Amino acid sequence: MITFELTKEQSLIQKTAKEFAAGEMRQIARDCDENDDIPPKVLNKAWEMGLANAAVPEAFGGIGMARSAMASALICEELGYGCASLATAIMAPSTFIHPLIDFGTEDQKQRYLPAYSGEKFAAAAAALHEPHFTFDVTDMRTVAQKSGDHWVLNGVKRLVPFAQKANHFLVLAKMGDQTGLAHVGAFIISKDAKGLTVDQEFEKTMGLKPLPKSKLTLTNVNVPDKDRLGESNSIDGRRLINTLRVANSAICVGLAKAVLDTSVPYSKQRVAFDAPIATRQAIAFMLSEMHSETEAMRWLVWKAASQLDQNSDATKAAALAQHYANKNTVIIADRGVQIFGGHGYIRDLPLEMWLRNARTLTVMEGVVAA
Amino acid sequence: MVDFTLNAKEQEVIREIRREGMVLREKYARYYDEHEKELPPDEFPEAKEFAHIDKMAADRGPDATTPTVFYLLMLMHRTWGDMMRLKVPVTALGNASVVAAGTDEQKKRWAKTRLSMANTEPGCGSDSKAIQTTAELDGNEWVLNGEKIFVTTGIRAEGCVVWATIDKSAGRGGIKAFVVMKGTPGFELVKKEEKMGIRSSDTAAFVLKNCRVPRENLLGMDDIVKKGGGGFKGLMKTFNLTRPGVAAMGIGNIMACQDFVAEAMAKEGITVDYEAGQHKRSAIQQKMIDLEAEMEAATLCTLRAAWLADQGKPNNLEASVSKQKGGDVSRRCAQLALEILGAMGITHDQLVEKWFRDARITDIYEGTGEIQRLVIARELLNYTAKELT
Ligand SMILES: Cc1cc2nc3c(=O)[nH]c(=O)nc-3n(C[C@H](O)[C@H](O)[C@H](O)COP(=O)(O)OP(=O)(O)OC[C@H]3O[C@@H](n4cnc5c(N)ncnc54)[C@H](O)[C@@H]3O)c2cc1C
Repeated sequence: MITFELTKEQSLIQKTAKEFAAGEMRQIARDCDENDDIPPKVLNKAWEMGLANAAVPEAFGGIGMARSAMASALICEELGYGCASLATAIMAPSTFIHPLIDFGTEDQKQRYLPAYSGEKFAAAAAALHEPHFTFDVTDMRTVAQKSGDHWVLNGVKRLVPFAQKANHFLVLAKMGDQTGLAHVGAFIISKDAKGLTVDQEFEKTMGLKPLPKSKLTLTNVNVPDKDRLGESNSIDGRRLINTLRVANSAICVGLAKAVLDTSVPYSKQRVAFDAPIATRQAIAFMLSEMHSETEAMRWLVWKAASQLDQNSDATKAAALAQHYANKNTVIIADRGVQIFGGHGYIRDLPLEMWLRNARTLTVMEGVVAA
Repeated sequence: MVDFTLNAKEQEVIREIRREGMVLREKYARYYDEHEKELPPDEFPEAKEFAHIDKMAADRGPDATTPTVFYLLMLMHRTWGDMMRLKVPVTALGNASVVAAGTDEQKKRWAKTRLSMANTEPGCGSDSKAIQTTAELDGNEWVLNGEKIFVTTGIRAEGCVVWATIDKSAGRGGIKAFVVMKGTPGFELVKKEEKMGIRSSDTAAFVLKNCRVPRENLLGMDDIVKKGGGGFKGLMKTFNLTRPGVAAMGIGNIMACQDFVAEAMAKEGITVDYEAGQHKRSAIQQKMIDLEAEMEAATLCTLRAAWLADQGKPNNLEASVSKQKGGDVSRRCAQLALEILGAMGITHDQLVEKWFRDARITDIYEGTGEIQRLVIARELLNYTAKELT
């Protein structure tokens, strides 16, 4: 049955995230961006509310909310609306936690999840991106080779969120020499694993600045098979990547909506040539398109998320959502700057920051939320 | 729970509609494109074979998709390959006007009468408040004078809902709708238009010369005159009902383009890899993803507008979003299909070139893309039509 109806639980989590975004994010976003820093308070508060980890089952000390890609998408949109940088920071641990819930063996959940159901924000992240511009998730250069009952990983990962603070990483790697998402392997690696080096420099980026990111180098890192996500049951690499793609696209929707909602009142109030600029079609039509595309993006995200929740193959839907969201978020953020004119370019206002964030978010290949 | 799947019965309905489409379009699509002067029959003989579709659609089980959403979905697939497949009443806009502006009695009276709708005139189209056709009350009859153009199904319909002003000084408030039946003296067909595409759909121009219609043919009856307003709002409401429908028809056309291109690519061994990053894709594959994402975006916006209607929620904004996306996507995706196909796309050996010509209308009628943007912007900005022109 085709329906856009959210469940009560989903509406509630959406409302919670919306309130959090309005109350805790927008006002600190600029400072965070300027200082490349995020106050632990905001991370802890989001954590307490379960925005990134509510789906940890009660058996492992968590809240036990049903794990749902739709719920994640709703949270990500609302947090993206508050501030995309903070959203990616708040949600970063979910890129470790959610795959573990989705694919982990009981033993893996037992060993790793309890650490992520405590009171305070616990850093963890997936390590996906690699330092070459032709990076392709279906053919990564980080490779895991089987050797007896363990795996040997080699490669370099880039832009890994909270790399210096994380206790655990979910390192995504190509299994042997097979290409394609089906052969993406995920390995749980703790920060002190032998052969793992976390670069102590932060990678500086034009957007998502406050999200701390560093390089990981893996040199002959030995991972026992029991720490391969899903262990002998090979995981569905497609589903894992689709999950990341959808959540990332949902943050894009929120960012786009923030640009639109900020541009509408400004264009009504800003007068040029004796009339509000919004009364000129050049501006008004930009707003219309920004609205339509934001809506379209959201429904593409919802479709992919609903397919994930129904356990059907969401590869195409996720790819379309990602493609569409990436393209349009940048256009929308760019138009936001244009509507504000010179003021859009000055760092007093969030428009230029949103454009930098949009540019950055849309090239991360989904490694910021799950 | 958000869901975009159809139940088994619904999938079967869509499959049957597609099967019918394949039969009809192979047989007739090119013919009526090349023989514009001929009117396709109200029902193709082959359609009898598919008479069960409506029955199937009426009985879709307890977990059925809501009616407007499913109706629009069927409409997309019914226009898959050719709009001529639509049974005429579906495109008869006049009936939508009656539903929007008529009294209950009038709705009953013309429920089974095929009515076209004439708003556009030589001097105005988008700016429908500027219409010049007049209606004057003379005894128990309205006397209509003016010119109407671009009337869809004007040839085949039994009558026409003509929009005319009863008081030019009243602007919008003076505009009312009148049912004018064929054969009424003074209601004359001027010509049948010749068009770039959708040639199986007849488009007529009329003049009204002292054309007298009974007083009760005014939609909304006398009340609407006494109360003022009403009529023009009725016209706009007509579009609220039909904009997502027009978007759906455009999308159906694009679905046909997409299917054709996908098949042509497959024949050449080109598949689209949805898994890989964009660096791994060729320009053609990238175009295909663009096409599919756009098509999906327009589809979902259209279903959203319909879903709101089914929930009894206002959908003026969403109706315009769907039409705007439908119009954009019709143009852009037909273009993308031709770009991918190169010379193969432009020859008459295939229907793609026809679909490209057909697609172009979507962004023009039922409010151009610019008009949709105005409607959307006014809603966003909370501006009146005067504040944002
Ligand atoms: C095949 C076909 C079938 C049709 N069927 C019907 C029918 O059944 N009944 C009916 O009444 N009409 C029908 N129409 C008419 C159609 O709705 C109009 O052509 C359309 O609304 C545009 O009006 P116009 O052609 O007068 O263009 P104009 O209104 O003259 O517009 C010309 C251009 O200016 C733009 N424009 C106009 N106003 C503005 C503005 N304020 N701001 C920015 N841009 C603006 C338009 O978007 C367009 O690009 C049909 C037309 C066609 C081609």
